[in-house]
Amino acid sequence: MIPTPSIDWLALSPTLAPLAAAAFALLLSVLLPEGWRRAVAAFFVAAGFVVALALAAYVYWKSPDARGIVADAARRDRLAALAQMIVAGAGLLTVGIAYSDNPKQEHVGEYFALIATAAAGMMFMVSASSLVTLFLGLEWFSISLYVLCAIDIDLETSLESGLKYLIVGSFGSAVLLFGFALVFGATGHLDLEGIGRVGEGLHDERMLVVGLAMVLTGLGFKASAAPFHMWTPDVYQGSPTPVTAFMSAATKVAALVVTLRVLNTAFPAQEDLWTAAVAALAVASLAIGNLAALVQRNVKRLLAYSSVSHAGFMLIPIAAGNELGAKALLYYLIPYGAASLGAFAVVAARERELGQPVTLDNLGGMGWERPFLGFALALFAFAFIGLPPGGMFTGKLYAFSAAVDADWTWLVIVGVIATAVSVYYYLAIIRALYMRTEIELRLAPVGGSPPRDALLSISVALSLGVVFASFVFVQPLIDLAEKAARSLPL
Amino acid sequence: MSGWLTTTLVFLPIAGALLLWLLPWPRLWAGSIATLIALVEVGLWIVSVSGFDFQAGIQGEQRHAWFSDLGVSYHVGLYGFSFWLVGLTVVASAAAIAYAWWAGRDRPRAYFGLMLFLVGAVVGVFVAQDLVLFYAFFEAMLIPLYVLIGVWGGAGRTRATLTFVIYTMAGSLLMLAAIVVFGLREGTFDLIDSGTSDSAWIFLGFLAAFVVKAPVFPFHGWLPLAYRESPPEVAALLSGVISKVGAYGLLRIAIAKFPEPAHNFQVPLLVLAGVGLVYGSLLAFRAPDVRGVIAYSSLAQLGLITFGLFALNDQGFDGAVLQMVVHGLVSTTLFLLAGGIERRTSTGQFALLGGMARGRPALATMLMATGVIALAVPGSAAFAGEFLILLGVFDTGWGWAVVGAVAVVLAAMYMLRLISAVLHQSPGSAVNDAALDLRPAELAILVPLLACVLALSAWPAAVSERAFPGDDAARAVEGQFR
Repeated sequence: MIPTPSIDWLALSPTLAPLAAAAFALLLSVLLPEGWRRAVAAFFVAAGFVVALALAAYVYWKSPDARGIVADAARRDRLAALAQMIVAGAGLLTVGIAYSDNPKQEHVGEYFALIATAAAGMMFMVSASSLVTLFLGLEWFSISLYVLCAIDIDLETSLESGLKYLIVGSFGSAVLLFGFALVFGATGHLDLEGIGRVGEGLHDERMLVVGLAMVLTGLGFKASAAPFHMWTPDVYQGSPTPVTAFMSAATKVAALVVTLRVLNTAFPAQEDLWTAAVAALAVASLAIGNLAALVQRNVKRLLAYSSVSHAGFMLIPIAAGNELGAKALLYYLIPYGAASLGAFAVVAARERELGQPVTLDNLGGMGWERPFLGFALALFAFAFIGLPPGGMFTGKLYAFSAAVDADWTWLVIVGVIATAVSVYYYLAIIRALYMRTEIELRLAPVGGSPPRDALLSISVALSLGVVFASFVFVQPLIDLAEKAARSLPL
Repeated sequence: MSGWLTTTLVFLPIAGALLLWLLPWPRLWAGSIATLIALVEVGLWIVSVSGFDFQAGIQGEQRHAWFSDLGVSYHVGLYGFSFWLVGLTVVASAAAIAYAWWAGRDRPRAYFGLMLFLVGAVVGVFVAQDLVLFYAFFEAMLIPLYVLIGVWGGAGRTRATLTFVIYTMAGSLLMLAAIVVFGLREGTFDLIDSGTSDSAWIFLGFLAAFVVKAPVFPFHGWLPLAYRESPPEVAALLSGVISKVGAYGLLRIAIAKFPEPAHNFQVPLLVLAGVGLVYGSLLAFRAPDVRGVIAYSSLAQLGLITFGLFALNDQGFDGAVLQMVVHGLVSTTLFLLAGGIERRTSTGQFALLGGMARGRPALATMLMATGVIALAVPGSAAFAGEFLILLGVFDTGWGWAVVGAVAVVLAAMYMLRLISAVLHQSPGSAVNDAALDLRPAELAILVPLLACVLALSAWPAAVSERAFPGDDAARAVEGQFR
């Protein structure tokens, strides 16, 4: 008889809930008549996310002490639970955004099921505590996303973006895996804590350092941090917009939380090396993301570069390498994820209305024609700049505080300059929404029927709510983040 | 004065803005609701005068922890000088909003909501006693201003808004970096709990935001564009009220929190202020249009206020605060008058104007009275303010006072030129019989403003002796108003 480890089903349950929902969605899509599929699949997946959110919250509440589960393959701690809550929330909003998308009936079950499996993979990855499970989680959600990107087979760009993401993503995964192999070779351990223990005596061991560099590269691909961001604009632009929304919010959460965990758990002895490397990645992301965004006309592409620049902002607190930094990152992810989902949701609505890609030109006048969605997009743009009353203001304040605390004051100056540059292109969105002259508007394509998409509007309203509530109620969220950060050896 | 009154002064207009945006009011209601809220603000301020002890320190204080690990709280309260600036804000904005209501603006719900939001943010800046809260309100002013100018502005509004936002953001983001460093060093972001700092870098970070906002020469690149392209009542608020945010920041934070750097940078700042004063006056004298004159005179006046502040003595501080209030009221009146003139003639160019005094006694009286006060005729409140400021800088060095006195002469030149170009000379080609005298509604807005200025002319000590606890400005600033 093979000995099996005891399994903490409760700790795994947030991951299992969306998986179960995906199974229901797929099965029922086969059994039910065509007209029912969309509603049933979306309902089960949304329910799965609600259950996952509740379970993750319960696990968070019940896990004041971090501990390994399933033979130390994963960890049950508040860091994982908080990240799972954010991913589940993002998934839930995505279902609302995606509901009226992709009118073809034959794929609708898979569409929602894949969103659920991708989220489940992310939830698994953020709790992983060994290199094997970590890689498993990474591939699990990546493969789901490869398919999701390409799911709109009638759309040329969708196939292209799926293929691009597959190739570049596989390359990133390969680098990451190679890095894992080197780390394992140097330390003889697969679990993060074991690597950390052995790594203390191997500060300058060449194999370990090269492994660390490759691990950072691989995670940088997923977080779309420059210079590993090349796929981001193309994939974000080409994919169905709800998928882009989901990727921009949830993938960032997963990739950055895992980066935080891996670096602090497995490589505490090499902190001097990786803080400098992460700071370099942050500077590169801020510079490239913001400068490239300046010249974009396509709104999805613009937001893609903006997400690269925000990856830079979120790498600043990781580079700080202190508890304040961990808190700052976990807090920042909440308003950022909501604003990103909301902004792409408005783009999705405009896209459906016009039947063509959304550019700064055909966004013209939307602010007055579609008061709610236009107002929301304008507020998201102001929030992205970091203007109050949006939660990213407090997020930036915390990120900069963490950097100052770690004596990285120059990184704050870089962040400040990057913000000043970003003002230009975020205001371009607002200019397009509200400040077009009559002549410019006449050149813009005339809109079709106004969108009547209650679920999408609810998602946008919820995102707005999160963005502003996170500004007003900073203390409760920071408390959540602080307790989560304590599960790391900081 | 209770803390809730302070909070209400900040959040009543913001709540009003949300109400206007979210509920489907009929078009005609938006302006009246906004005017009503603005008048309630004035009423609240008048009510709070009775309970305000000008000789004491901070009052109307309210404090709630916002996020405690960094030591940030919602902390508001009023000193004598901030109390007067809040008064200026509510009075000037009530006039501006009422003017917009009377003039009529497209998309009134959006417009008046933004105006109210702006008022709340400005009041918030003046009452915030926590650096993060101060910064949040400081930045929150930018959103309504950007949209108000960008949507309802003149033909060159795109360039005007872009220049305005880039200048302002560049300054305020440097301030954000300075706030973070200052707050972490002090262990709190509270303006009252934190001590002073002698770091020149942090001082310069704060200074960047305030000299752009004021603006102080040579950071005024955004000013002519923004003041010319805005709707007149927005220009009135920009020049009358929002410029005072910069001056207030210099006094409350740059000087009070950084005594040593402020002292070290006294001479460079006096030079910049003096150059701005003379240069602004000369440009005002050469400006070809009504708004140009008022805009550049505003640059000059802010130079004068900075002069007073960086004299770093009693008379300087008292005079600067008095001048802030007086210039705020005068400038608001002038911009609203300019709006009235442009409305009648569709131009502000002097070449096309002239002879408007004939048959328009109310307009002529108003413009004459305001203009003469603006040029600081002896007996006016502006004279009292400028006199105190000159006295203050004379103590620092007689040369500064000479520069100031020269600029006072220049002020007479550009103001008289404005008055004569609009009112006197032969009628301009844009002035015809359809250009009516000021209407009763306009008078109802402008006369109270002028009455405030006249009241201050009769009793300037109301402000200058009630701006700082114990009427000892230098010691109050040195002791950080405790």
